[in-house]
Amino acid sequence: MLENPAVLGLATIILGVGGCLGYFFLSNVILDKLFFPPRGEDAGKNINRANMVRPWLFLFPALFALTLYLAYPVFETLRLSLTDRDLGGAFVGLENYRKMTAEPKFWEAVRNNMLWLIVVPAASTAFGLLVAQLTDRISWGNLAKSLIFMPMAISFVGASVIFKLIYDTRPVDQNQIGVLNAIWLKFDGGLGSVLWLQVLPTVLLLAFAAIVGYVAWIFVRDIVAKGSDKSVWLLPLRLLLAVGGLWLIWLSLSSVVSIWFEELPFGEPQTWLTIPLWNNFFLMVVLIWIQTGFAMVILSAALRGIPEETVEAAIVDGANPFQIFFKIKVPQIMGTIVVVWTTITLTVLKVFDIVFAMTNGQWETQVLANYMYDKLFRANDWGVGSASAIVIMLLVTPILVWNVYNARKEMR
Amino acid sequence: MTSLSLKDVSKSYGTVEVLRNIDLEIQQGELIVFVGPSGCGKSTLLRMIAGLEHITGGTLEIDDEIVNDVPPAQRGIAMVFQSYALYPHMTVYDNMAFALKLAHKSSDEIDKAVRAAADTLQLTHLLDRLPKALSGGQRQRVAIGRAIVRDPKVFLFDEPLSNLDAALRVATRIEIAQLKESMPESTMIYVTHDQVEAMTLASRIVVLHGGNIEQFGAPLELYERPANTFVAQFIGSPAMNLINAEVTGTGDTTSVRMSDGGHADAPIASLDADKGKTVKLGVRPEDLTVTESDDYLVSAEVEIVEALGETTVLYFKAREGEDGLIAKLPGIHKIAKGTTIRLTAAAEKLHLFDGDGKSFLYR
Repeated sequence: MLENPAVLGLATIILGVGGCLGYFFLSNVILDKLFFPPRGEDAGKNINRANMVRPWLFLFPALFALTLYLAYPVFETLRLSLTDRDLGGAFVGLENYRKMTAEPKFWEAVRNNMLWLIVVPAASTAFGLLVAQLTDRISWGNLAKSLIFMPMAISFVGASVIFKLIYDTRPVDQNQIGVLNAIWLKFDGGLGSVLWLQVLPTVLLLAFAAIVGYVAWIFVRDIVAKGSDKSVWLLPLRLLLAVGGLWLIWLSLSSVVSIWFEELPFGEPQTWLTIPLWNNFFLMVVLIWIQTGFAMVILSAALRGIPEETVEAAIVDGANPFQIFFKIKVPQIMGTIVVVWTTITLTVLKVFDIVFAMTNGQWETQVLANYMYDKLFRANDWGVGSASAIVIMLLVTPILVWNVYNARKEMR
Repeated sequence: MTSLSLKDVSKSYGTVEVLRNIDLEIQQGELIVFVGPSGCGKSTLLRMIAGLEHITGGTLEIDDEIVNDVPPAQRGIAMVFQSYALYPHMTVYDNMAFALKLAHKSSDEIDKAVRAAADTLQLTHLLDRLPKALSGGQRQRVAIGRAIVRDPKVFLFDEPLSNLDAALRVATRIEIAQLKESMPESTMIYVTHDQVEAMTLASRIVVLHGGNIEQFGAPLELYERPANTFVAQFIGSPAMNLINAEVTGTGDTTSVRMSDGGHADAPIASLDADKGKTVKLGVRPEDLTVTESDDYLVSAEVEIVEALGETTVLYFKAREGEDGLIAKLPGIHKIAKGTTIRLTAAAEKLHLFDGDGKSFLYR
């Protein structure tokens, strides 16, 4: 009976909660009765002293846990990354880092991480913003938002399993259980295929290019426009936007051309997760699917916080819906967008579960976190494993600092 | 020249009608004030003129052109919002230039317009600031500047002074009056619930109540010849006293008698049919004087005395079916609480309202 997991769980909860209450209660009692009793000559002084100490009493458990489970491991990992297991833990300097950077798999992981870093936060934030704006004024907007938010409740591994089924492949003579292949096999190179795989993507890509062009033009126009804000730091930002916009336009236009010349293998089920480069994007879709809900919720709240009168003033000033969105609404929630973007970036840098569950880094889908896991627990090479962990930490830290800085700025 | 005209305009939200049968003819160069208590529809009416609210019925014309379905920016209007609605991420300059940029004006033209407006409003030294670095009064001026640069046919002000403190409100009110004087050609519509703003700024006032226009006229006309008891009590502070009276004589001069024995002969025409009817006699607190003679209007017991030095305000005990009378006497008067005194007023200062609250003058 006592070994029953439910009983054990209940006992743990009672012990844990009771322990917490006991700690807070007793520590405060000791502080007030024993050290600084509010009696005698120094009653007033003692109350002030006790109140100076009290916050630390409440903070202590959290500080202790953070030190033990976060701060200490950082230094231990740093130490381990400078030692070698085969030599019994001897100090080897930067040897592990040299070994790691000599491995092509490491650079593949770095390249893929960069790809994830660019695509996932951008796509999640953009989709989140789009959904937040589109669902703002419609009657079933809240229902749509609930549905889009739902993936947030699914674990990364669970989501990976779902998408693995979507990407699943069966031999050509069997029924396809993967949605993507089932759809793919519907195409036979006939009129339907031309419409869905050539005309529609062409239209979408052209529309995308047009929107990118329009948005880029809005920002770039201010470089030449007189009288607008010409801060020095804005110029490179605008140029970057212009170059990025041009690149995206060129990319979409060249894709349009290639769509019409590509020979597609109709009738053959595809093993989607083994197609190099593309499989990275198939994995990213999982994370975008999850993170869009997060971005949407935060950005939706931010959009609602915009004073309605500024929007009305813009309408009276003659702004069209696009201008209202990009020139009035987005700049006012830019701080929130940056926080959302950096928060998702942090999640992306640490991405492990999705790759681990779907491809385990095969077919050129390796990422840093999975590489670290490979080294630490499969190759049992704590040196190189710790070295890659330190690399991930170094990449995360500046974004983390920037994120905290922005979040604090938002709260003011 | 007619600048703006509303014909039978109405507004409803679903089945709730908030404005009905609004007819207004506004001439170019006028400063029209919409005044009324909260919820009377004055802001809604302004937002309908601006194009921010759809017009449910009737037509709105600006410069003889029906603009019911014309988007706000093409109506030739500019609006100053209650909360100023400055774009928080743009400098003062960009705030004022925004509308012109959207209209694809040349940058020289924009620069000239913005600097001219900034000069008029003494904002030149603030052009590079963000709105959050400005004081309330400065933000207000930027909001006005944003309207000026667009050079609209009609300016719309939605309670522009309600976010300012009392001292600044008086100063800004005078600034707006001066601004109007410097732009005699432009038409302005100004919404407020403050009757002092209405009386001091307006060339004509529209008094709105419960979705209807109660009266439309020059400020002093509203004060001297209110069309009904609502206008009579809304314009003037303290509000006009209304006393129940019975008509005893009709003709060019109407005689009335009060229940307490007071009587009055008002130089207001009445019909024979009015004889014996119960009416309301209106008299403003500042028109009442104390009298000893038997020829008095009303006698009442003093309940509260407010001695302000320049005036003495007396509050009298309310009688059945009436609000307590108020009298505002110039100078200092030694009148004890609880004494019953007789009051009278000059005949030409009296107003008469029939059972529905309509003035005898407008029948």
